[in-house]
Amino acid sequence: MSATMAEKKHAAYICSGCELGARLDVAALVKTATKDGKMPLVREHAFLCSAEGVAMIQNDIDNEGVTHAAICACSRRSKTEAFNFPATAVSRGNLREGVIWVRPDTEEARETTQEMAEDYVRMACAEVKAMSVPSGNPNVGGSKTLLVVGGGISGMTSALEAAKAGYKVVLVEKTGALGGWAAQNYKRIPTREPFKNPEDTGVADMVSRIAADANITVYLNATVTKTAGAPGRFKADITVESGSTVTEDAGAIIQASGFTLYDANKLPHLGYGASPDVVDQGGLETLAKVANGGAIKRPSDGKEVKSVVFVQCAGQRDTTGEHLEYCSGYCCNVSVKQAMYFKDSNPDVETVVLYTDLRLPGNGEDFYRSAQNKGVIFSKAKVSAVAANGNGLIVNFKDLILDEDTQAQADLVVLATGSVPTSGPDLDALNAAVVASESKNAEIKAEADIQVEKLRAKSVLNLTYRQGPDIPHFKHGFNDSHFICFPYETRRTAIYAAGPVRRPMDMLQAMEDATGAAMKAIQAVENAGLGKAAHPRAGDLSFPNVRLEGCTQCKRCTVECPFGAIDEDERRFPLFNESRCRRCGTCMGACPVRVISFENYSVNTVGSQIKAINVPDEFENKPRILILACENDAYPALDMAGMNRHDYSAFVRVIPVRCLGSVNTIWITDALNSGFDGIMLMGCKHGEQYQCHFVKGSELGRYRLSKVGDTLKGMGLEEERVFDTEVAITDIVTLPQRINDYAAQLEAMGPSPMKGF
Amino acid sequence: MTSIVATNQTILVVGGGIAGMTAALEAAETGKQVVLVEKNPWLGGRTAQLYRYFPKMCHPTCGLEINLRRLKANPRIQVLTMAEVTEITGTAGDYSVNVTLSPRYVNSKCTACGDCSKAVSTEIADAFNYNLGKVKAAYLPHDMAYPQRYVLDPSIIGTADAEAAKAACKVDAIDLDQQTETLNLRAGAIVWATGWQPYAAEKITPYRYGEFKNVITNVEFERLADPHGPTRGKILRPSDGKEAKNVAFIQCAGSRDENHLRHCSRFCCMASLKQTHYVQEAFGDEGKSTIYYIDIRAIDRFEDFYQKVKANPNVSFVKSKVARISEDKNGDPRLWGVNTEGYKRYSEPHDLVVLAVGMEPAVKGMAIPAALSEGIAADSSGFLAMNGNTGVFGAGCATNALDVNRAVQSATAAALRAIQVVNQVARAEN
Repeated sequence: MSATMAEKKHAAYICSGCELGARLDVAALVKTATKDGKMPLVREHAFLCSAEGVAMIQNDIDNEGVTHAAICACSRRSKTEAFNFPATAVSRGNLREGVIWVRPDTEEARETTQEMAEDYVRMACAEVKAMSVPSGNPNVGGSKTLLVVGGGISGMTSALEAAKAGYKVVLVEKTGALGGWAAQNYKRIPTREPFKNPEDTGVADMVSRIAADANITVYLNATVTKTAGAPGRFKADITVESGSTVTEDAGAIIQASGFTLYDANKLPHLGYGASPDVVDQGGLETLAKVANGGAIKRPSDGKEVKSVVFVQCAGQRDTTGEHLEYCSGYCCNVSVKQAMYFKDSNPDVETVVLYTDLRLPGNGEDFYRSAQNKGVIFSKAKVSAVAANGNGLIVNFKDLILDEDTQAQADLVVLATGSVPTSGPDLDALNAAVVASESKNAEIKAEADIQVEKLRAKSVLNLTYRQGPDIPHFKHGFNDSHFICFPYETRRTAIYAAGPVRRPMDMLQAMEDATGAAMKAIQAVENAGLGKAAHPRAGDLSFPNVRLEGCTQCKRCTVECPFGAIDEDERRFPLFNESRCRRCGTCMGACPVRVISFENYSVNTVGSQIKAINVPDEFENKPRILILACENDAYPALDMAGMNRHDYSAFVRVIPVRCLGSVNTIWITDALNSGFDGIMLMGCKHGEQYQCHFVKGSELGRYRLSKVGDTLKGMGLEEERVFDTEVAITDIVTLPQRINDYAAQLEAMGPSPMKGF
Repeated sequence: MTSIVATNQTILVVGGGIAGMTAALEAAETGKQVVLVEKNPWLGGRTAQLYRYFPKMCHPTCGLEINLRRLKANPRIQVLTMAEVTEITGTAGDYSVNVTLSPRYVNSKCTACGDCSKAVSTEIADAFNYNLGKVKAAYLPHDMAYPQRYVLDPSIIGTADAEAAKAACKVDAIDLDQQTETLNLRAGAIVWATGWQPYAAEKITPYRYGEFKNVITNVEFERLADPHGPTRGKILRPSDGKEAKNVAFIQCAGSRDENHLRHCSRFCCMASLKQTHYVQEAFGDEGKSTIYYIDIRAIDRFEDFYQKVKANPNVSFVKSKVARISEDKNGDPRLWGVNTEGYKRYSEPHDLVVLAVGMEPAVKGMAIPAALSEGIAADSSGFLAMNGNTGVFGAGCATNALDVNRAVQSATAAALRAIQVVNQVARAEN
């Protein structure tokens, strides 16, 4: 539990190692911590991160009752493990990377460098006083069961792998049997050496392993009609065909809802619909299953197929906007496999694959080579039309190698149409329809109601979340992660997408993906049970506290939360679901009445630092610039600028923030009111290719802060006094330059007229 | 002596690139004890040596920062750098592992102040920058190196330079007496995430890599484009430092070739498409890129990245396997071959040639410890494949030619497989 006021004891520790002692007047810093920082215990050490230095702090904690420590030494990114005192509130004053390493070692610079250091000591003292050690989210749920939605290869894999690790699984499949798309296949793309022939799908084996696994409960002909709760304490209503509903507890959810083939009816120019002998890849699997290793017969008249043409990228990689823009990735391999169905039963069948780029990554190359050895012909070509030709079909195409228009006869044509994810409704469209359905115009309302119903019917999870019933879509309707380094990070905590619902993929990839998703889901239930945050602040025990008595029900927090953590209660107050929260602080930044805080990060932990900074009057010619820097990208960039000794202005004071989204405008107005000359906001790239690890945080923060113009005007200040700049972690050289340019600009503008008020 | 706490419920992760770090972090954040072993003096692997990622054009160091923060916050992971696994015995649920640690000559007291580097005069090839530049023999491998601790190159041990470094260190962090040591530790499960290496381009003899200075590899080009690389982000060609405004990219350099790598390395098409952005970024419309390719494999949702590059008038595509490269008098490499779309011969000079070399598993040719080979074995391409019951699991590019995203998925899956084994051990012991 966090310490009560009476038990608190504050201490400051000031390091004089790493040249800090030579470059700074450490005795004066001790005085600053005592006098301005009002720390009852202040110690100096020549090598604070050494075993002796750390032992000194530990001794104070153990024997002097120190509960709050302001460590003024190097950056919080350095010696992190050494200064780890889990039961103590710790702040870090960055005197090394943030002061002496960014200032020239000259007599001239000494005074302003010292002032910089003194401010960072004041700030560290102020910050730690406003902090407490997080006690953990009390609203934990105890369920460690995984709910897996979808019983295809992906869902079955997740279930089996999680069960093997000792976890209970509830597996929900909407059809009458497990197996999904894979069960419709005759064989699968090979998964191991020699990668030369199609393999058994493995579905039957998985189905029997699931039946035999006591950890797995299967619901067939069932859908999830309602999912309430939060990580560790989800309650899922599972409704079966008869209409009866069972409620299951779950700690985390894996959405393995699969895909459908792109509708070949949208491709009439390729003959689909006009002739039964034009099939999609699914249709060919059905024919191959019927043939079961014998000759494949064409649907129209049951004649043995003697010639077959595969048309790759049918309705895919489309640049006209009519069809799928993306490549489905697996279809080249599937066509190779399907061509082998013919060749393996009768080597005389003519098999031609028409492609623009053959895409068989990794060992797919061996499979491709094997097909060539079996006599499958591959031609780089663009197909323009498929038409009936008497008893057969004619395929018109441009041969891209010979650079000429030509045609081929075929008994059967297979269209590689690719996959469309079963990913639930687009939440943006749904939310827009919901807004429209509140219209007073009866016509608009009626239309919107239909639209809402239609979109809701597509829901896979039926979450009761205020922000919508499913995971938000990523590009092209897939439920993928936007992060290259973190492929499982969806925008709904403890709900992970697996398999082709999040990215087009073949069975081997889907099994790998589903195993990874099971890993994340298991991790989520374990951490939810301990009241700890999930990625990217894994293990963080803090959670948003809200003083409801001050809340004005403005709903900004519920709207802005990038992770859908906040619902509304029946009185329309925000209802925080702590275990859904990722601790970015966007709600705290959004709150106009400042009633939201974290124990270790709050309006006060930052606000008190701003207040602690000494702002010289207008005659001293020492401007003050506040920098609020994203702790993941901008702050490390500033640190590394220091490591490379790239100097920047001595007039800046940097405060790291969890995300630009957590920046509350009160910090801006307070800083301006107390005479700061300028404020730099450093956040990550936003927009389509955003790099914010809290998804929308930097964008929301920017939007919010773009509105401070009126405040500035009201104060009679120039709008340049608040400067928003996008920073990447690699901006080590350019960032100091940007700071210096801004400092010069402010100097030219003259001091803030607010000084001395 | 280095001390490590490990039991038969510990997960050993071999390789500290993004796959190994991911496997270690995912397991540790689920409450497991992990020992992470890395051969280099720093974590991050080859992703840390990339300038940008496709398709977002974001910086790999951004994700590395998050992973390092996760690591620093997690006391369940013990990290051993400059360490290699030399022997494994035992079976799933009970392995005994020998790890050999090379001396760093710098202990944990190091504050990364840089005084030793200033005191040393010897320079060595800069391995982090693929030897394109030089660093002092007392060095921090790169700005985000973790552990944040300097390294003394063994070449200066016993010289006055080493003594100078020691004398310059105010915190007694330099220990010139450090020796190679071997640790023995227990583990219940092992994740093998030793990654990949760029295919040795000099083996593709018609391309004259190593002989023509202006023929470089794709991984080297990353360092040229990076502001922290040897040219501070300026794309200058090695022979004469001239700005390389006309750059040729040769795809499948070694890949999809039975004489070299049979497999398709998957990432290289996207990497070259990405690198055309570097040329554009550096020189605007004066920067011209030409991609010589067999198939452009911009798989699944990367397609639109390809379409955007294709729409750039400064980038051209030639469907051709380049036959050979010659060198003009001015140092320009000249490409010879046939454009198979229409069968036209070409002989084109460029300022610089970038070979899109493929991905070779680092385990290829490696002596895999005996117990390891029982459950897991390299296939004929050198990638690891699982064979039945084992407590050893491949992860990332040790198992297949993968891009970063897929390597991380693979590592996350491997973490669960390892957890299955140690959970079984835990259940048996309770």
